[in-house]
Amino acid sequence: MLRLDRVEISQGTFRLTADWQVSAGEKVAVIGPSGAGKSTLLMALAGFVPYAGKVLWQGGDLGPMPPGERPLSILFQDQNLFPHLTVAQNLGLGISPRLSLGAEDHARIETTLQRVGLGGMGARKPGQLSGGQIGRAALARALLRARPILLLDEPFAALGPALKAEMLDLVAETAAETGATVLMVTHDPADARRFAGLTVLVEAGIAHAPQPTADLFANPPPALQAYLGQ
Amino acid sequence: MASRAGQISAALLGLAVAALTLGSAAMTAGHATDWSLGPADGAALRFTLLQAALSAAVSGALAIPLARALARRRFPGRSLLIRLLAAPFLLPVVVAVLGLLAVFGRAGPVNAALAAAGLPPLSIYGLHGVVIAHVFLNLPLVTRMLLQGWQAIPAERFRLAEALGMPPPSQFRHLEWPMLRSLLPGAFATVFLLCLTSFAVALTLGGGPKASTLELAIYQALRFDFDLGRAALLAAVQFGLCAAVTLATLRLTPGGVFGPGVDRAGGVSSPPGWRHGADALAIGLAVAFLLGPLLAVMLRGLPGLAGLPLTVWPALGRSVALSIASALLASTAALTLALAVTRGQSWLEIAAMLPLSASGLVMGTGLFLAVHPTISPESLALPVTLMVNATMALPYLFRLLLPEARALRADYGRLSESLGLTGVARLRLVTLPRLARPLGFGTGLAAALSMGDLGVIALFAGERTETLPLLVQRLMGAYRMEAAAAAALVLVAASFALFWAFDRWGAARAAT
Repeated sequence: MLRLDRVEISQGTFRLTADWQVSAGEKVAVIGPSGAGKSTLLMALAGFVPYAGKVLWQGGDLGPMPPGERPLSILFQDQNLFPHLTVAQNLGLGISPRLSLGAEDHARIETTLQRVGLGGMGARKPGQLSGGQIGRAALARALLRARPILLLDEPFAALGPALKAEMLDLVAETAAETGATVLMVTHDPADARRFAGLTVLVEAGIAHAPQPTADLFANPPPALQAYLGQ
Repeated sequence: MASRAGQISAALLGLAVAALTLGSAAMTAGHATDWSLGPADGAALRFTLLQAALSAAVSGALAIPLARALARRRFPGRSLLIRLLAAPFLLPVVVAVLGLLAVFGRAGPVNAALAAAGLPPLSIYGLHGVVIAHVFLNLPLVTRMLLQGWQAIPAERFRLAEALGMPPPSQFRHLEWPMLRSLLPGAFATVFLLCLTSFAVALTLGGGPKASTLELAIYQALRFDFDLGRAALLAAVQFGLCAAVTLATLRLTPGGVFGPGVDRAGGVSSPPGWRHGADALAIGLAVAFLLGPLLAVMLRGLPGLAGLPLTVWPALGRSVALSIASALLASTAALTLALAVTRGQSWLEIAAMLPLSASGLVMGTGLFLAVHPTISPESLALPVTLMVNATMALPYLFRLLLPEARALRADYGRLSESLGLTGVARLRLVTLPRLARPLGFGTGLAAALSMGDLGVIALFAGERTETLPLLVQRLMGAYRMEAAAAAALVLVAASFALFWAFDRWGAARAAT
């Protein structure tokens, strides 16, 4: 279980609170207007933004852990791959941050590349990949890291609708396979409906407790109505 | 996250740089026995300020038409010419002086032309010579600064001006003059500061009661009069002057003047007619002024290469070893400090820029005063020169690396941390590959600067610790001009080769 225990993020005049929990294996969308703090919430969970309160995973406090040691992987909006390393090396960092890889590791990398539809592309540099392929490579690295939480900070926002839907389906499939808990920031209600059983609405300085996505959109609170333009 | 050890080592490095800079200034102030400047010292102070102001004003005035012509014309060889504008940074000052002597000296082509026209000869020694040399060395720098300014004006503004039917003088007034007004004070201050601390030019072309700079007076007080109190007083005055001008310069100057990237097309229009001819004339005269002295050194030096004095080779070996070591030291220090600043140790930015306020000669004077009672300064000539050269190159390298290090952290810092990529692994897999290009360029620049240095070594060196620039200067002093030119050619070749080697190393390892 992922628990946010009276979490409070303060940055200058900006303030965001969250006090809720989600069960392991849930897929959660984080939705809300621009500037509400959706990405900031994810960055706090990942260890990049300081906060008061506690973030607990399976009862253990993540607070003292540096980002690389937290039980999570994160896909950023962009810059998810190092452009000077090959795709295989970028994936290898998910196994060993020093890139000390054995034959078995290389085999795992190739298998994972095939799993996400990038078989045989390990020797390419990210500059030789399309936007969708870059997203797949970043997802493949998250699969290799095998952390129980996956944070998605709109990594597919720049893709066209069809490609984005394809990527979300791939994330859903891999999450189902690994049992990962996924938190995904999105601007698009359609993404939330397609992907997430639960949705967190972030507005007016509060990240509200997750609600079933279908219920939330069927009966939106005023803030969500305003955001949706209803 | 930065390790504690990394933070502590960066802080210790910053403290060492600050101690070397401020400690040497304190050492000079502590040795000053009398705080009143004599008439000769007052004259040196006035001459220092006058030559620096004239050099900066003339460099700026000549750079405006040159930069404008380069901004609005396209011609074969333009990009090569712009690249050559970086060459004077790499050119040892003593070689530039030798070339200027060949062109503007008594038997040079300029005076021959003046004599043919029935005009009085031009003296390359004294104020004229010092200003000509400083303009030769700094005109390219100011031109690059202004060219960047012209290219930063959005092309759409020029298109709009043309669409509105604005004539070229109005375009200049509304689009180009505001840019010049913002850049020229910084350019003036930069050149003024460089000329305040330009010891080698004053040593070779200045001198005497009418054309002595503060640095030359310090050198003479230490080397010839052994008047430590007077040297200390002059060094303290020089430090105060440089510190004040450095503060003004940092406030007025945008960063990134030394880097590449001034060869792209700007939006400024190319008016035809007489303006075309004027631009061609500005470019032609600049090429003749900047390349003439270099060609003269080549022509004079080539015949002498076969009969080079044997002392050239050990001096070359010392110079190369010294410049490689000081460049590596400077680049390691600059990278350490730049990375620490991006991690939040922002006070280290001040420490890294502090050496700008102390010239190499002032730092050398402080160290000379510190060691001379117990150790022979000559025995420390090479280590002290290494340390001072590395410290003097540090601010330039730091300014080159800091924006790149900041961009690297902004782009890939969180990704690296989320993957647990820290310490040596991060340095090897991310930092060095991503920063290899500016690091190679900056290390090459530092190596060339050290290779051509004729400052602190002149204070400390004896026969056995002579570097190549010092040997060239001593050959010139003995009027062995052909041998000096030949040795100068070797010096130029070594400077450019070192720059090229480091720059290539960086480009080859740069991540794509």
